[in-house]
Parts: sequence; C-alpha cells; structure tokens
Amino acid sequence: MMTRRRALLGVASLAVAFSAAPLAQAQTIKVGEMNSYKLFPAFLEPYKKGWELALEEINKAGGINGRKLEVVSREDGGNPGDAVRTAEELLSRENVSVLMGTFASHIGLAVSNLANQRKVVFVAAEPLTDKIVWENGNRYTFRIRPSTYMQVAMLVPDAAKLKKQRWAIVYPNYEYGQSATASFKKLLSKAQPDAQFVGEQAPALNKIDAGAVVQALIDAKPDAIFSSLFGADLQKFVREGNLRGLFKDRPVFNLLAGEPEYLDPLKDETPDGWYVTGYPWNEIKTPAHQKFLAAYQAKWKDYPRLGSVVGYSTLYTVANMLKRAGGTDTEKMIAAMKGMEMDTPIGPIVWRPIDNQSTMGAYVGRLAKKQGKGVMVNWRYADGALFLPTFEEVRALRKE
Amino acid sequence: MTYSSVLIQFLNGLAGASTLFLVAAGLSLIFGVTRIINFAHGSLYMLGMYVAVWAAEPLGFWWSVPIAALAVAVFGAGVEIALLRRIYGAPELLQLLATFALVLIVKDFTLWQWGPEDMLGPRAPGFSGAVEIAGRPFPEYELFLIGFGPLVLGALWLLLTRTRWGTLVRAATQDREMAGALGVNQKWLFTGVFALGALLAGLGGALQIPREPATLLIDLSVVSDAFVVVVVGGLGSIGGAFVAALLIAEIKAFCIGLGFSQLTLVVEFIVMAVVLVLRPWGLLGRVPAPARGAGGAEPPLEAPSPAAIGALLALCGALALVPALSAGYTLVLLTDVLVFALFAVSLHFIMGPAGLHSFGHAAYFGLGAYGAGLLLVRGGLPMELSLLLGPLAGGLGAVLFGWFCVRLSGVYLAMLTLAFAQIAWSVVFQWDAFTGGSNGLIGIWPAPWLSSKTAYYYVTLALSAGGVALLWRALYSPFGYALRAGRDSPLRADAIGIDVRGLQWAAFSLAGLFAGVAGALYAFSKGSISPESLSVPRSVDGLVMVLLGGIQTLTGPLWGAALFTWLQDAVARGIDYWRAVIGGVVLLLVLAFPQGLTGFLRRRSAA
Repeated sequence: MMTRRRALLGVASLAVAFSAAPLAQAQTIKVGEMNSYKLFPAFLEPYKKGWELALEEINKAGGINGRKLEVVSREDGGNPGDAVRTAEELLSRENVSVLMGTFASHIGLAVSNLANQRKVVFVAAEPLTDKIVWENGNRYTFRIRPSTYMQVAMLVPDAAKLKKQRWAIVYPNYEYGQSATASFKKLLSKAQPDAQFVGEQAPALNKIDAGAVVQALIDAKPDAIFSSLFGADLQKFVREGNLRGLFKDRPVFNLLAGEPEYLDPLKDETPDGWYVTGYPWNEIKTPAHQKFLAAYQAKWKDYPRLGSVVGYSTLYTVANMLKRAGGTDTEKMIAAMKGMEMDTPIGPIVWRPIDNQSTMGAYVGRLAKKQGKGVMVNWRYADGALFLPTFEEVRALRKE
Repeated sequence: MTYSSVLIQFLNGLAGASTLFLVAAGLSLIFGVTRIINFAHGSLYMLGMYVAVWAAEPLGFWWSVPIAALAVAVFGAGVEIALLRRIYGAPELLQLLATFALVLIVKDFTLWQWGPEDMLGPRAPGFSGAVEIAGRPFPEYELFLIGFGPLVLGALWLLLTRTRWGTLVRAATQDREMAGALGVNQKWLFTGVFALGALLAGLGGALQIPREPATLLIDLSVVSDAFVVVVVGGLGSIGGAFVAALLIAEIKAFCIGLGFSQLTLVVEFIVMAVVLVLRPWGLLGRVPAPARGAGGAEPPLEAPSPAAIGALLALCGALALVPALSAGYTLVLLTDVLVFALFAVSLHFIMGPAGLHSFGHAAYFGLGAYGAGLLLVRGGLPMELSLLLGPLAGGLGAVLFGWFCVRLSGVYLAMLTLAFAQIAWSVVFQWDAFTGGSNGLIGIWPAPWLSSKTAYYYVTLALSAGGVALLWRALYSPFGYALRAGRDSPLRADAIGIDVRGLQWAAFSLAGLFAGVAGALYAFSKGSISPESLSVPRSVDGLVMVLLGGIQTLTGPLWGAALFTWLQDAVARGIDYWRAVIGGVVLLLVLAFPQGLTGFLRRRSAA
C-alpha cells in the first residue's frame, strides 16, 4: 500500500515537474531542528525565537540560492534514546538535509554519534561538552558555542592575576561541572603554580543543599572560589552565600552566571564583583548586534537572551553552509564548513577545519546590581579563537 | 570539622528536616487513609511555590503563604472529588497512574501560567537577615523553619488524637473497611484527608520560596525525597515521617560538611535500602492490615485459547512483513515498540502473576544495556556476543537485588526496588572512567551485517517475540502456577510446600534478565547509552505501559507499550503542550477503563 501510494505520488510529481515550471515547494531545503524544549524552557524558548527570526530573515533575503529554507522543529524528549529516534524520524520521514540543535551534553553526543553513523551533517547548538569536538569528535559534527574548556580558559587569566592561594570549588555533579573543574585546576596550576585547591563541593544538579554547601565552603577558609553552578542551584547558592557572608572579601568566579537566563532571576540578590562569562545584551553597541537587537525586539517584543543569539547564529551557520556548498550534498557541506567565516550578532567567527569548532567567544566581565537588577560591567568580548587548545593537543584528543 | 561547624551543620540539617517533614507528612496521611500513592504530591508542592511567589509580589510574603496553602488545598479537594473518588474501586496501582497523569498536566499548566523562567521569591520580612551563632552568621529564616516543623508536628498530633475527625482518620488508617462498616462517611473523610495533605504540601512549598526558586523541575525531585522519608519513617506514621526527615536531612548535611558531597546524589536511597532491609515496615511503621475488598481478588489468568495463540502468531507474521512495505521511520518506531513491549512484559511478569510491584524495573533494563555496551566498548567483544551476554548483567543485578526485595511486600517492596534502582543509577552516573559517567557511552552500533534498519528490526523482532513467548510459557508452567498461588495466598502456598520466596526470587531474576535483553536491544538500536536508561522516569514509563494495558491480563503490556510509545512519538511532534495531552489521554483511559484496555475488552466480550 505504502509503496504503491508513494510510487504514484512520485509519478505524479515527476509529471508536474516536466509539465510546468518547477514548483517552489520541490525546491525547499529542509533543516531538521531538535531540542529539549520541555526540559530547559528558560534557555530554549529564547533559542527558538532566535532561529525563527533568522529563518524569516533568510527567506526574505531570497533563501538559499533562490531556494526556500524550511525548518522542521521537534521536541527531542529530553533523553538520548528519544532524541536519537527523533533524529531518525527527521532523517527518514522528513528527509531533512542537515540536523541542528540539542542542549544537554549527553543528548548532543548521542545525536552526533548518530550523525556519524548515518553520515549527515549535525550542527550542535548548545552542548558545551569538550568531548563533542575533541575526544568523541567526528567529521560530521560541528559545534558553535565556546566549550566548557574555552569558557574556563577565558576566566583563568583574571583568576591568576589575583594571586590568591587557597581556592575552593563548587560545581554541579555531572560532566559539565566535572570538566569545568578539571580544566580550571589544570589551567590555573599552569598559570599560578602555587595555587592550592582546599575544598571541593559537588552537589547533585538542581538539588544543591545550599546552606550546608556554603557552610562547608566557609569552613575550608578559601581565599577565592570557582563555581560552575547555574540555574536554580546558582540562585540558592547566592542567597545562602549572601546571608552567611561567604562572599565577603572573597573573589568568586562563576561560569555562565552573566547569561541573562541565569542572571535575571537573581534580581536584588545579584552578588557584586563576581567574575563571570555571559551576555550583556543591552550594552553591546556593535552594528551587527544593534541590527540583531532591533530586529529581535521588533519581532518578539522581548529582549534577547544568550539562547536567542545561539539559535539565530546556528541557523545562519546552516544557511551559509548550504549557500557555500551550493546544495545539500553532505560531502560538499562538510567541505563548505571547513574554514567558513561568517558574522554573528556577537562578532565574526571562523569554523576551524581541524576540529569543527567555531571560534565564537563569550563576554567576560563582573557582576553588579543596578536598580535591583543584575548586570555585567567592565566586560569585554573574549574571542574564542584565543582560548582553544593547540592543533597538537586537538590532534591528540581526536586521536588523529 | 570544628565544634562550631558541627553545630552549624546540625542546624542546617534541622532546617532541611522541617521542609522535608511538611511534604512527607501530607503524603503519609493521604497514603494511610486512602491507600493512594500520590505521585502528584510534588506537583502540589510546586503549585504552592508558584502561587506563593506570584502572590508575594502584591501582598507580601506572609500573606502569600496561607493563600498558597489554601489554594493548593482547594485544588487537592477538587482533584479528589472529580477524579480519585471515581477510581477507589480499581486495582490499587491504577490510582498511581492517575496521579502520574496529574503530574504531567500540572507541570504544563504551570509552564503555561507562569512561564519558563525560574522565580526566586523575596526574603521573608522579619527573618531576612542573619544572627550570630557560634561566631558565624546563620540565617534567621532557617531558625524560623527549625521551629515551625515541630509546631506542625504538634498541631497534627493534636488534630489526630484530640478531635473526632482525627479519631476517624486514625481508624481509617488502621482498618479502612471496618471504619466504613461502622458508618463513617468515607467520602468526606477521604476528601478531607486529601485536602489536608495538599494543604501541607502547599504550605511546604510556600515556606520554601525564601530559600529556593520555584522551578518546573522541583515536582519530581521533591516527591521522590518525600517518598523516601515516608517509607523510612513507616507509611501512615506522622511521627515516623518526622524522625525520618530528621535522619535524612542530618545525614545529608554532614555528608556535605565532611566533604562527601558526591554522596548526596544517592544517600537517601542508601538509607532507605538499609532501613527496609533491617526494618521492613520502616522505623516507626506497623505491619499494615491486609486490604479487603478493594479491587477484589484477581481472577485466575486463563491460558490463551488456540485461537488467541493463532492471532498472536499472525501478529508476529504481520510484523515480519512490515519491512517489505516500509523501510523508513516505521521500522525505527516499531523497533522501539518491540523493545518496550518486551520490557513491559518482563515487568508485568513480576507485577501481575507474581504480585511483586516494582518501581525500579529500569535498573535491569539499564544494566542490560550497559552490560552490552561495556562488553563491546571496554571488553572488545564482537557485537553479536555483546548483545547476547550483556543481558546477563540485568539478570545478575536482579539476582542480587531481588534477594532483598522478595523479603518485603506491597509498597515497601516497591520502594526497595526503587532504592536499588537509584543506587545502580548513581554508580553508573558517577563512575566516569568505566561507564562514561553522565554522558554515557557512544559508538555502540550493530555489526555491519545487522546495521541496516531492516536487519536490526528482524533481530529485535526475533528476540522480543522470543522473550515474550518464553515469559508467557513460564507463566503456564508449574513454576508459573506456583507463583500465582504464592501471590493469591502465601500462607496456603507455603502450607502445601511451595517455597514462595524462592520462587519469587527466581521470577524476579528471570524478569530482570529479560528486561536486560530489552535494554541491550535498545542500546544497539540507538548507538549510545546513558544513565537515563536506568533512571526513575524509565521505570515509570514501564509502569504506565503495564497499567494502561491492564495488569490482570496477559497481553495487556504489549498494547500498553505500543500505545504509550506511539502516543509519545505522535503527540510530542505536533503539540506544544504534549505532556499535558498525554496526561489527559491517560486520565481519560483510567476513568473510562479502570481495568486497563485489555481488561475492558475482555469484560465486554464476556458480557
């Protein structure tokens, strides 16, 4: 039945193709997008708005060499097994030419593993794990955001400058937190050989027992603190730390805490002077960002979060790749991505040929409170290209 | 640790215990009287948090607390009247399914109403600062909580021992049928208890907002903590809940204080496992009175007629023909359905005929999957051998855990299986060097000759159908009949010389082995494996499949697995609020077919 109907459809469409001018629909290029929208809505709703804006712009500007771009978006179910099935559905039922998306590291890795097996291009949007481009990297997988290692490396110079000896570390107990901690220890020890690590707290993700953790950190008597907490854990940690005086006279470095997704809920609890990576959306005055900001606010009546930038830039990556490749041939797309240069709202990026990592950077700055809201001050854009491991290190990691 | 830090961590533990106690007390009350395992209790807590943060903005924190608690109580009463009241007569686990559906609906309602961003409440006015204790600043609000928990305990004690209503509640907790027979209006008693439980959950949530933000993830994390506390304390015992909350909160605080923070991942489940092994009814629990009447004794499972066997064989034949018609996504989806069908049948094998309710069956699924993955990746075995040997990990896990589990019964048994599953999960999650930690293992693909969708589909079909057939065959062997005898009347079975525990242990191990087969098949169909394959949600999925299909039927789990997998696949694709839709469908099914799908069909054909 199925095959017969499909065959009939095929004949019918052939007939149409020969008899009339090519239909616009037949020319559409389909991109398969998937993400854990229900599990991480705070980051992913802005992300979705980001790529929806990009999609509108791309098609208004004539699409991909005259062909319309279509995004088929799916909820990935929030676990690797369902995500792989979703990707299979996109590939075999929707016939998408390229995959993009995913949030959590383990889901990103599972989909990149599938992309390698099925030989399709996958542009990972949000996963931060170093492994997706290094230890477990493959030629079909590309990743846009600066990885955990890169963001840690952006903070380490400031940390080393302080010449603090005793460091305490707190991180969510899963791969992201573990690798952030390992990278920090490695990089700081290199920059400042006399640094000591005196206390380590690894609460379960989303289940931090903040009072006890803060107290244990106080007991370790550190001179400074490195944290990779985010989300609800960060909010609890900050409130308890403020109440119990943990942050008094102690510099704190916190990965990601300047991202509006995680900073905005802190409101008047925002701790002063923390060193963070993030996205000060209302202060970036580059033309590329002004243009993005105006378009985003016009379309969504809301300000962009970092997720918006990621979604927007990921879809533009796919579009640029398709344009350069001149079609949807996988090998041509991979070739097109190698060394591809492009603009994003937060600066130009290059796709490194060696490991398929983009050189997108992040903003590094300090936290401050303004009118009861958290903001980033004294920030600068740290270009990702400057914080990547050397080619030799990458080759060793990728076992090439 | 210095003396002062010991003191401070002790106080931290006390504050944590108060919060835990409020949620757990409500859960315990509800279970004691209505025998409902209220999976949605964490959702009530979450609602309390959101309402409180929302109301605190215009009205101030102290007004928002009673408002949130009352709002949640009214909601709870509504749920009891509109939903639970209709299904008290159904098999006891069906209420669990209904409350699971509520979890999904409440979560999506919260997302729709309050949006995705975390909402941090204000500090509590009057308790917003810190006081000096042992030379360290300690938050005043924690001191308030430390006092408030025992206050609620005292109030509950007065309510239960000094009022007529409390006497009735205690009577119903001890023997529900007897209380009913003596003319107690059960309807309003149940509604009242459910509303009180909801009130406590809402209160617990509202009081938490100065300490942590309202998030959409809080529901499941709270409900699992609360279950642990209730079970450790002894079901239905309020004092027990208090002691258990204290014990667990203190152990957690000192794990952190002493530098074993990684242990907090699982420490409460270790405590629960130890307590259940040593004291099967919890710290202060009593041996529960056997439930009479509710649901009625299960009818004997009739052997399938030749016609039914023929139909099943025809189904297998039809499934074998599918690749000839479609080589695309249909095969991917059917592979998943087959894997979960085997998983659900293996769970049904112990839940139905053996009467061992397991909340942690995913442990064996996941162990099988990891077994296969590790043999391939770390052991370097060929894929075919890994697929065949991997499930042994599931079987061995079940042999080990099952030995402890079959010593218990009812909810305690279920919670012990859950505890073991969580312990297995945490080992896999934490053991980075071997299992790949939270990222799991990738590169677990079938050998080249099996790697096409069609080939792997046939492998799955053969192993799943074979596994299901073997399990069903076992049910109609002397072993299976003895197993059912042990479920229906342990005493009589024992008297005629059946080693009930031994049989149950064997059944548990067998079910674990076949869950392991399903897990190994799953691993190779996805190419990767992560700790989620042995997590609680996977166990819950299995429960939902079995219960949807109908626990007292033979083929029910098959249809339940097919329906649930298809529903998730079809609904998640097209609908934004797909969780609520799945919840709604499950609720409708529960209300329309309290005996499950197959049970309904069978009854209709009998009528």
